[in-house]
Amino acid sequence: MIRLALRQFRASAWTAVLALATVAAAVLATRPDLVDAHRACGPDLSCQAAFALDNIPVRTAFGLVVIVAPALVGAFWGAPLVAREVEAGTHHLVWAQSISRTRWLVSRLVVVGTATAAATAVLSALVTWWAVPLDEAAAAAYGTLDQRDLAPIGYALFALALGVCAGLLIRRTLPAMAVTLAGLLTARIVVTEWIRPLAATPRTHSMPLDPDTTGYGAAGNILLGVGPSTLQPTTPDIPNAWIQSVDVVDKAGKPLPNEVLHATCPTLDQGHGGPAGPVPEAVRQRMHDCVARIGETYHEVVTYQPGSRYWLFQWWELGVFVVLTAILGGYALHRLRRIP
Amino acid sequence: MILETESLAKRYRRRWALRDCTLAVPEGAIVGLVGPNGAGKTTLLHLIVGLLAPTAGTVRVLGGAPDRALQAGRVGFVAQNAPTYPNLTVADHLDLGKWLNPRRWDTTAARERVDRLGLPARQRAGRLSGGQRAQLALTLALSKHPDLLVLDEPVASLDPLARRAFLDETVAAATATGTATLLSTHLVADLAHTGTHVVVVTGGRIRLAATTAALGTTPAELERAILDQLGQSEELA
Repeated sequence: MIRLALRQFRASAWTAVLALATVAAAVLATRPDLVDAHRACGPDLSCQAAFALDNIPVRTAFGLVVIVAPALVGAFWGAPLVAREVEAGTHHLVWAQSISRTRWLVSRLVVVGTATAAATAVLSALVTWWAVPLDEAAAAAYGTLDQRDLAPIGYALFALALGVCAGLLIRRTLPAMAVTLAGLLTARIVVTEWIRPLAATPRTHSMPLDPDTTGYGAAGNILLGVGPSTLQPTTPDIPNAWIQSVDVVDKAGKPLPNEVLHATCPTLDQGHGGPAGPVPEAVRQRMHDCVARIGETYHEVVTYQPGSRYWLFQWWELGVFVVLTAILGGYALHRLRRIP
Repeated sequence: MILETESLAKRYRRRWALRDCTLAVPEGAIVGLVGPNGAGKTTLLHLIVGLLAPTAGTVRVLGGAPDRALQAGRVGFVAQNAPTYPNLTVADHLDLGKWLNPRRWDTTAARERVDRLGLPARQRAGRLSGGQRAQLALTLALSKHPDLLVLDEPVASLDPLARRAFLDETVAAATATGTATLLSTHLVADLAHTGTHVVVVTGGRIRLAATTAALGTTPAELERAILDQLGQSEELA
């Protein structure tokens, strides 16, 4: 049965091998220059920052390859797995044999799932290795969490299972592909925003407000509305940390109310308008005095995940998506029995 | 009996596709299941091979549940339009048959049949003619030596010559091995030369079940008898 699944997967497997070979060639061609440039910087942090900044486009491009790969797996391997059989009527050929349809699907999922995990692991390993100099220079490990190491494997397995389920439910390949892409995007957003932070309680770091670096601004956007002005202290430089929030609070941990801010700093929102340019010294001094007065009662609290928890988050992300994959796989086997 | 159904019925949401279907097929019989498009033939055949679960009634194949007979390799099924994998070769399809039926597959018989029919082993199924694809699908069904062969309009898309050749080949193979065969078609003429029994289905109900001998001694008589019975000459002719 596995051999049949392998035979049917042959063309897809060769496509994946070709794609991986292309990425490997690009990695091997470009990495030596990155290593040399990074080595040339030595311990000079400003040089490293400039090196990371200069290479943002190429880093983004390689990252996109890893981000897009699971979507392609879901759309081109997962969605057609059952839907194309139903469209072509070949499900009546294979399901009318001695092997049960459950066993047929399990064997296909084993083959395609193994190929998915292997291909994504190789791709992720290649890009992770390629990006070592840039990641070290950028010192922002969590910024590329979803493009490195284990997490992409979880995304790809999930996308595959999602595609299979979409194909089973819709029974048409193209709509199933579209639903898979939309579902994967939704799941990625939901997990990133709400599930990922649950992996570990963040650490907190308190520090006094710095009148020289604290500014103000309004959160929000044009579509959802802009909130009232708040103090915006600078984010401390914690290498490879995931800064989750920066707040101004009092000793009891209560946030700075808007009324207190405006009572203490009545001229806060009275901008001068006009073209952008250096902040006038008088305005800068008023802001400095204002923050200094607030700093007598309030301080800055940063909640963050330290870089040392990077692998915890990698395993958490992989685990979450593997569990979701298992749930979808179980549903697919259940749903399979209902197709005539 | 190879096949028995008792008050078999199938409903899709609110629509009854098949109702009150009671049928018995003896060993070695070649049964022509005839009826217009949408009569319920495919539903009945899918119930018989276990692809569908009945809404009401029972179906027993070889004395047991349909899926059990199917998984024992004792039922061969060729679905409507004889689907095959266009990207797999004829040889791949034979491997597929072997892997999907590990206990009953006869590799020698399959190869001999393919050779005899002139199907090139390395040819992709997508490049075969409609008649050749139907023969390939039939080879997959026959090479596990089924006790019951079920064919769902496998020749609907074929030209008259290819259809004739396919039906003759099917009847010859079934007769040689004593395999009971259930063949659906919406063309009465297809049955005139082939069947030992005729079952007519319209509107989701069995209207007529008889031996061909009882209906007429010549193809023309048989055809006339079926059409008279139905009173739907325009639909079925």
